[in-house]
Amino acid sequence: MTEALTILLLTIGTIFTLLAAIGILRMPDVFMRMQVATKAATLGVACVAMAAAVHFGDLATTARAVLIVLFLFLTAPVAAHTIGRAAYVAGAQLWEGTIVDELRGRHQRSAQPPSGPAPE
Amino acid sequence: MTMDLLRNASLLNTTVIVVLFLLACGILLAVVRLLKGPTLPDRVVAIDLIATQAVAMLASAAIGFGEPALLQPALVLTLIAFVGTVAFARYVAKGAES
Repeated sequence: MTEALTILLLTIGTIFTLLAAIGILRMPDVFMRMQVATKAATLGVACVAMAAAVHFGDLATTARAVLIVLFLFLTAPVAAHTIGRAAYVAGAQLWEGTIVDELRGRHQRSAQPPSGPAPE
Repeated sequence: MTMDLLRNASLLNTTVIVVLFLLACGILLAVVRLLKGPTLPDRVVAIDLIATQAVAMLASAAIGFGEPALLQPALVLTLIAFVGTVAFARYVAKGAES
């Protein structure tokens, strides 16, 4: 029973983390890559950490696994917000299919993208 | 302890081996994005994802090797990655202002 639950959680976590990795390669602009890497990877790692907690089943390991998940859930949105805002202010190009840009006109964006040429 | 993982062909051990392989492939995909760029924020996001996937690899390795101590570096890596990302974000924003 414990082993089945461990295998299930490991599989789900790996699928989500792998989807995040594929997403960061395939998505067209910084902001989409950021949201894929943050949400899917966070859920994936949370599942894998919970698998470790279920597998070992003692208090010390469970506490550490819960701490990993807690820190991840606390820090991932903050990091994504900070880097997203910095990228927008620095003038990162939005995908040409973008429909809504609610920050338009609210930030003094630099004309040049942060470094390197515009994304293809 | 690596040998135990390869010798006992239980379903859990096989799963852990496959999981470690897939996560390594995921890190490789993130490294491709890290090398391609094209902008600095792209690379920062890629580094963040690499650290997150390394945490997942450490946790699954802890299961496979039966070593709960491997969860401690995973915990530290989570926090270090956050500090690194925020520092890089401030650097990107500063560069935009000047």
